[in-house]
Amino acid sequence: MMLRRTFALYLLALVGAIVLPAHAQDKFIVVASTTSTEQSGLFGHLLPAFEQKSGIKVRVVAVGTGQALDLGRRGDADVVFVHDEGAEKKYLDEGFGVKRFPVMYNDFVLIGPTGDPAKIAGGKDIVEALKKISAAQAAFVSRGDKSGTHAAELHYWKLAGIDPAGAKGTWYRDTGSGMGPALNTASSMNAYVLADRGTWLSFRNRAELAVLVQGDPRLFNQYGVMLVNPDRHPHVKQESGQQFIDWLISPEGQQAIGSCKTGGEQLFFPNSVASHKPEFRNAQSPAKQ
Amino acid sequence: MDTLTGSIAAALQLMLGADPMLLGIIGLSLRVSLVAVLIATVIGAPIGAAVAVGRFRGRRAAIVTMNGLMGLPPVVVGLLVYLLLSRAGPLGSLGLLFTPGAMIIAQAILITPIIAALTRQIVEDAWSEYRELLVSLRATPWQAARTLLWDTRYALSTVVLAGLGRAMAEVGAVMIVGGNIDGVTRVMTTTIALETSKGDLPLALALGLILILVVMLLNAAAFATREWAVRKYG
Amino acid sequence: MADAIIATPLLRVDNLGYASGATRIIGGVSFALNAGSRTVVLGANGAGKSVLMRLLHGLLPLASGRVEWFAPNGRPVVQAMVFQRAVMLRRSALANVLYALTLSHIPPTDHGARAFEALRRAGLEELAERPARVLSGGEQQRLALARAWAIRPDVLFLDEPTASLDPAATRDVETAILGIEQDGTKIVMTTHNLGQARRLADEILFVDEGTVTEHTPAAEFFRQPRSPEAAQFMEGELP
Repeated sequence: MMLRRTFALYLLALVGAIVLPAHAQDKFIVVASTTSTEQSGLFGHLLPAFEQKSGIKVRVVAVGTGQALDLGRRGDADVVFVHDEGAEKKYLDEGFGVKRFPVMYNDFVLIGPTGDPAKIAGGKDIVEALKKISAAQAAFVSRGDKSGTHAAELHYWKLAGIDPAGAKGTWYRDTGSGMGPALNTASSMNAYVLADRGTWLSFRNRAELAVLVQGDPRLFNQYGVMLVNPDRHPHVKQESGQQFIDWLISPEGQQAIGSCKTGGEQLFFPNSVASHKPEFRNAQSPAKQ
Repeated sequence: MDTLTGSIAAALQLMLGADPMLLGIIGLSLRVSLVAVLIATVIGAPIGAAVAVGRFRGRRAAIVTMNGLMGLPPVVVGLLVYLLLSRAGPLGSLGLLFTPGAMIIAQAILITPIIAALTRQIVEDAWSEYRELLVSLRATPWQAARTLLWDTRYALSTVVLAGLGRAMAEVGAVMIVGGNIDGVTRVMTTTIALETSKGDLPLALALGLILILVVMLLNAAAFATREWAVRKYG
Repeated sequence: MADAIIATPLLRVDNLGYASGATRIIGGVSFALNAGSRTVVLGANGAGKSVLMRLLHGLLPLASGRVEWFAPNGRPVVQAMVFQRAVMLRRSALANVLYALTLSHIPPTDHGARAFEALRRAGLEELAERPARVLSGGEQQRLALARAWAIRPDVLFLDEPTASLDPAATRDVETAILGIEQDGTKIVMTTHNLGQARRLADEILFVDEGTVTEHTPAAEFFRQPRSPEAAQFMEGELP
């Protein structure tokens, strides 16, 4: 009998240990963001500065843009930080966000094998490059995961007047994966792939891949941040979340973003302040749905 | 082959360096999986023993179900637990999503059928040996189940280790319900997945080797404990 | 075949039957047993002795008939059984005896004393802490007997208890059986060993092809069995 009672107590303590959040004392927010910000090392660089200043710990769940916005809709995050303007506008229209603030941009680059069967190396026109890839039926890896990068890729195919869905299973490889895995796949298949520069810069498994097309104004990739609407989800940490957003768009945060480098190259370009218009700003934003 | 030797060297270096982040990740992996296996055993072993000893309608269906659930896909369990614990879901107010608690729950759900099904088999085999004695002593089915669980403890310890191995090795469930948050819900397997997706394959492999080593050490410790217990208690 | 009505029996069996599938194993068995005498069940291999024992003890369900127990003062009859091969729990010898006690009607305060006494009587007190599974065959059988004695059974069934033991161990077990009987336990035992039967039996229950052909006092049986089947059996057996 004694044994059973001690056992029951143990069990109770165990359940308590699991159910009660361990470090409920620490202030924290959950930020749903994309793999490009996480894997490029931006958060690793950015968050310690914010955490030290505010005392708020930032817990980043890094998934694709589509999934990140879904987290926001469900109320599983306090802040969303993604890069698909069309999807973000839709999200705001649905009433899940409070206000969208532009934060920073980077650009997409078209990666491909140094062998370059489609002969696009050195080009500055993304649409022309895609036309050549389609014509050559060269292997092309798509993320296919409703991410910001995927949305941009589909937009460029549309501009080129090509529907790649018809070629699925032949030269167009729809992998349904994040940026890193897509790059891995492209690297082992010697295929072309559209990537954001930040992830590419910190990607290690390059094999024979290299940047072949860049600099097209349409390759501009804008990041926006939104607070999840507390009217829809009362439990959202409004104050802390807003603090994070304010810091991101403040001169201090913007400077921290700008100083994030990999191998000497700047990964992201801060543009929250109107005067910080990047050279790409005047061109048509690629992510329009 | 180059990657492999490079990774072995990297693994040794990492382990000797005792990097605090690595230790934290290993510690979290152990904590999540050990607690999950404990819960799974507390729930699964009695169920397995009860089905082994009991005679009731639907017993065969229960056995088939338990055996079948051993093959639950981790990613599906992760998704189901996610939907349960999401703020938009029924248990959202517990605030467990993206915490180690959610990972423990998901792994416990995954491992319980394994413990139950294997316990059932072991206890049933023992029951055929012990049945006449236990009935002769007028033990009730519950008393018999408890006695058999204790008497088959060495075989059951192997079952628990199997469950632990499965828990430490899975990535699908903990990735979804944990979110792989740096410093909070990042475990060995999700770190390996992350490094792989970043293209740092040698590092991913090195971490993989360390994970295998940790599980091996756990098994060695369990084996030694069992040997000692057998010698002391029989 | 039928027995004379016996006053105040311990056990009365009426038209017992058991089948496995379509095969009849036991049929039409009726007899009564008194306390205070050692009953030995004899018969050829496959005659149904072991099945009969298990039916009486409640290890097998009856297909037909009735088993009735009559207790000294109305309380339920306490039974115990020792099998050909002892089943030992994976714990010490002492713990094995204690286990039987926890399932019994003996009050918990008496368990410790009773368990030690049981081991002592079986000559196993030195081995109390030894894991039961590492004991020799003879020691395990004595432990099984100690386990049975500890719960103060009204009847002890033994199914070929010494069949797997050497002569010395057999002697020890027989001594233990007699000791248990001294304390007021009815002994019902099967055996292959006619010498053992001669040594231990007060009465013989002879089983042939699932029926009891006779129930005879031992002295008379060994002089001349009453039934032709038993006579045939005795003739064919080694002395």
